[in-house]
Amino acid sequence: MGKTLFDKIWDSHVITDLGSGFVLLHIDRLLLHDMSGGKALKEAIEKGYPPAQPRLTYGTPDHTMSTKPGRTEKTHPPGEPLILSMRETTKAYGIKLFDLGQDGQGIVHVMGPEQGLTLPGTTLVCGDSHTSTHGGMGALAFGIGSSELVHVIATQTMVQRKPKRLRASFEGALMPGVTAKDMILHLIGELGTAAGTGFSVEYAGSAVRALSVEARLTLCNLTIEMGARTGMVAPDDTTYEYLAGRDYAPKGAMWDRAVAHWRTLPTDPDAEFDREHSVDMKNVAPQITWGTSPEHVIAVDRAIPDPRTGPEEKRGAWEAALKYQGLEPGKPIEGTKVDWVFIGSCTNSRITDLRAAASIVRGRHKADHVTAWVVPGSVRIKAEAEAEGLDRVFLDAGFEWREPGCSMCLASNGERVPPGMRSVSTSNRNFVGRQGPGARTHLASPAMAAAAAIKGAIADVRKIG
Amino acid sequence: MDKFTKVTGVATPLMRQNVDTDLIIRIERLVDNVTRDGLGPYCFEQIRFKPDGSEDPDCIFNQEPYRGAPIILSRENFGCGSSREGAVWALKGMGIKTVIAPYFGDIFNNNCFQNGILPVPLPIEEIEQLADEMKASPGNARVTVDLENCTVVSPTGRTISFQIDARRQHAMLNGLDDIAQTMSRKGEIEAWQTGDKTARPWVWL
Ligand code: SF4
Repeated sequence: MGKTLFDKIWDSHVITDLGSGFVLLHIDRLLLHDMSGGKALKEAIEKGYPPAQPRLTYGTPDHTMSTKPGRTEKTHPPGEPLILSMRETTKAYGIKLFDLGQDGQGIVHVMGPEQGLTLPGTTLVCGDSHTSTHGGMGALAFGIGSSELVHVIATQTMVQRKPKRLRASFEGALMPGVTAKDMILHLIGELGTAAGTGFSVEYAGSAVRALSVEARLTLCNLTIEMGARTGMVAPDDTTYEYLAGRDYAPKGAMWDRAVAHWRTLPTDPDAEFDREHSVDMKNVAPQITWGTSPEHVIAVDRAIPDPRTGPEEKRGAWEAALKYQGLEPGKPIEGTKVDWVFIGSCTNSRITDLRAAASIVRGRHKADHVTAWVVPGSVRIKAEAEAEGLDRVFLDAGFEWREPGCSMCLASNGERVPPGMRSVSTSNRNFVGRQGPGARTHLASPAMAAAAAIKGAIADVRKIG
Repeated sequence: MDKFTKVTGVATPLMRQNVDTDLIIRIERLVDNVTRDGLGPYCFEQIRFKPDGSEDPDCIFNQEPYRGAPIILSRENFGCGSSREGAVWALKGMGIKTVIAPYFGDIFNNNCFQNGILPVPLPIEEIEQLADEMKASPGNARVTVDLENCTVVSPTGRTISFQIDARRQHAMLNGLDDIAQTMSRKGEIEAWQTGDKTARPWVWL
């Protein structure tokens, strides 16, 4: 019987079978960020384990610093010790750090693919649940906790149990206004936030094949929001075109050898999955979340759901979510007044995302009562956008154009949506308090977020055009 | 790793679905250089405290007999969301030894085993019954979780079995250190790496 993409990568990285379903898995790439990188390196060293493979380890600060123009690590003082500790520990062990103010710095899940560090067929881990993002390149990537991180630093391996396999196939052409973000939100809406627990996910189908690498990264980014640690898209010519010539990608004859190997990775036609789910793209419209879980999502032209008519076991959660969000069931979600707009995060801060948002904003101005931020995913993306004049488009429309980082995705850097305020955000979590205590978050695509900023309310991007 | 063998105590019915790790510990607390051991006061702060910082008497963690209880009962998908291990450290700081839920977020589940907290999977019907038994005789009701025998004993004395991987059970009962165990296989790791450098040289920077 044939093998899946996931099985091919997993099986080839098993160093040894440990029994009762566990294996020792080799890790090809370890990425570090400021929230846990410095601390984990220190802990490993204190336990007597210096980094096993510093040349397979790369870091960049993203979580804890300000994204204010002209920022340094001092702009948000609580984050400074974390950044300094990361700087010190990576330097001591010769680990490459894309540091603040340097070329290459960015959100860790933007940096990996951009540098060509994330390669098809590799295993990659990072102390962050959205590490699934890198699966968009055909890598087996997953988020880990701090203790597991210390284990990888010390041994370049992980003790893991093989998950089951789920294939989500998206068939057909994308309807107007629909992006990868809408595809994955729609899927989470159909399956729920727990469907992927214990599974690895492969995204397939004609709609996925047609996506750019950036869009595939967005798709894989939200995998953890349906409970699965890892999600992936098989590598193809789109992947190789994106990767060719990037700083850490193989070059010359080595490139040819690598591509030949990568071409053997896609799932065999007769391979089997434990679960299959398919989505007809005709049914996927621009999405927006209404509640406090990514599964609380609807098409933008729909009414806010009524807990009384929803599934019984979700009634309590829906009621609590509507109360927190300050929404009335049965009313259209479109037209709900918005106070903040955040375009950024490892989900949607890449150049294609900024272009999509700019195409809505160009020649228009944000609504007066809205505060709108654009936070590019990396120093390189920022420079590329500026070369295309996108910064002017946003600035002229009254948006703020900021420095790369996680920013308002998680509010660990002093950048928060104030209590009770409503935000449309391109990030990945609408949990209670995620963007700041009392903040009300609606997740959407960059174009939908841009449309909300212009209208001052949740808006249907298809009506703006 | 800390050992876990058996715990007996009050079980708090926090009967919600999808308790995410952002709810368990706010990210700022992990930035503010608080130590692993110092996170207890911030555990579940968004529901334990009102915006003015005072205790919310409606929150079950602030009610007797649940204050300081070592066991949490919850609905599906406990610990979903962010990978932050601080969520487990915060639970530990609040005195939690074990969480009983139908299933857990994958990363949270792994993080628990790294810190001597036992995630116990039980069917939702069993958990609902445990919650009912707790509420029926508050003050006297106790739940026991026994890792050696893989059983939960309810306040009325019912014994319920649960499943756990033999490897994890053994490691937790004995407080084994994962890294030391892996290090004992250094030879195998190096042999794999040598082979891979020939097979996939482009991976090795
Ligand atoms: S942008 Fe948000 S989700 Fe992504 S790594 Fe940063 S904090 Fe995590």
